Amino acid sequence: MADTAVQEKDIAVKEPLFGKKERAIITDPLNDNNPITVQVLGICSALAVTTLVVPSLVMAVAVVFVCAFANLIISLLRNSMPKQVRMIVQLVVIAFLVTVVELVLKAFSFTVYKQLSVFIGLIITNCIVMGRLEAFAMANKPWRSFLDGLGNGLGYGGILIIVATLREVFGKGTFAGWKLIGGTPDYLINTADAGWGQMLFGWYANNGLMVLPAAAMFVIGILIWIQRSWNPKLVDIS
Amino acid sequence: MIDIFLKAAFIENMVLAYFLGMCSYLAVSKTVKTAVGLGAAVIFVLAITMPINWLVYNYLLEPTTSIISGLVGTEMDLTFLRLILFIAVIAAMVQLVEMVIEKFSPALYISLGIFLPLITVNCAILGGSLFMVSREYALGEAVSFGIGSGVGFFLAIVAIAAIREKLRYSNVPPALRGLGIAFILTGLMGIAFMSLMGIDPAALTAGN
Repeated sequence: MADTAVQEKDIAVKEPLFGKKERAIITDPLNDNNPITVQVLGICSALAVTTLVVPSLVMAVAVVFVCAFANLIISLLRNSMPKQVRMIVQLVVIAFLVTVVELVLKAFSFTVYKQLSVFIGLIITNCIVMGRLEAFAMANKPWRSFLDGLGNGLGYGGILIIVATLREVFGKGTFAGWKLIGGTPDYLINTADAGWGQMLFGWYANNGLMVLPAAAMFVIGILIWIQRSWNPKLVDIS
Repeated sequence: MIDIFLKAAFIENMVLAYFLGMCSYLAVSKTVKTAVGLGAAVIFVLAITMPINWLVYNYLLEPTTSIISGLVGTEMDLTFLRLILFIAVIAAMVQLVEMVIEKFSPALYISLGIFLPLITVNCAILGGSLFMVSREYALGEAVSFGIGSGVGFFLAIVAIAAIREKLRYSNVPPALRGLGIAFILTGLMGIAFMSLMGIDPAALTAGN
């Protein structure tokens, strides 16, 4: 007992708040261990919201929040939880956090809440949250688990926003509601350069395919292709 | 009722139109055999959880119809608890299905392995319950919607498993192998399913 206490103290001294390992925990999920393109987790609730940038951004923030705090709470509880009921405890913690997100969103941004509809609730079954709880928070200290949740949430949100940007720009010609291509860009309207804007960007006709759900699959497939060409160690051998 | 079934299975397919249940769909679709097992388990779980969640929602949570409102005397709006209750019902049902499969078909139980408990976090199941609430189905409609969504999931996962089995003999660029090509295939299948979009199942079943 005394030995472990000493050991833990030693480790605590050796563990700085933002050491190399902590940084790796955050940056790893952004590329090498990305939840969407490498771990294939959490694709379910994500793809349907990526037609527009704003709801995707809200979704990304919500997932970062839920993932980080679920990891933190489960990591704090990990030693006092019987193994048989851990799934249910995890689900209750996640469901609690998601309910908080849902109510906050309903109160402050009702239009986005309506746009996201069932997909906020589906964060509960987002495999990233559950997967990280099982794989990381059950075996690690609270601070690191929190960082891991943060990193995975960000890795997920990053992909979400890339996909949403591509789909909105090429599908609707707008970015977060601002006209970019396929007409005079919004920031040039009523300026002397409006005519130039029309000439430079007016030729683009919106690609209807990008608005369809199938386009999200193509975009992610191609992202995986690009990522694995850069990073050959991720290539699937089987 | 049949039109809700047809709509859920083909036109608004859970996997190919809403991308729900993607995780297990991509993870378990390497061989047709396991895909069939998982698909059957999903149909079963959806068909059971949908009516139970309907009862839970309408008799415990909905302010105007719930028993709790009747007991307390004022209308109690407990709908904010629906996520927690739905997921609890689903988790309990999956546990039950797991025990039943273990008893009657140990071979299937072993081949499904880890993916059976993962049905709990299969978005298609919870998504079905949430869609049922937001579309205000009646009890019978909810059951038919549940079975329809399950059949849709079954079709999608068996189809992609068959394609991926054949794909093993084709020359895919290395970086696209496995996951990448599975995504693109799903996109193509989604487009194929979209050709059903214009069909109005209500008109079909009315005999027009």
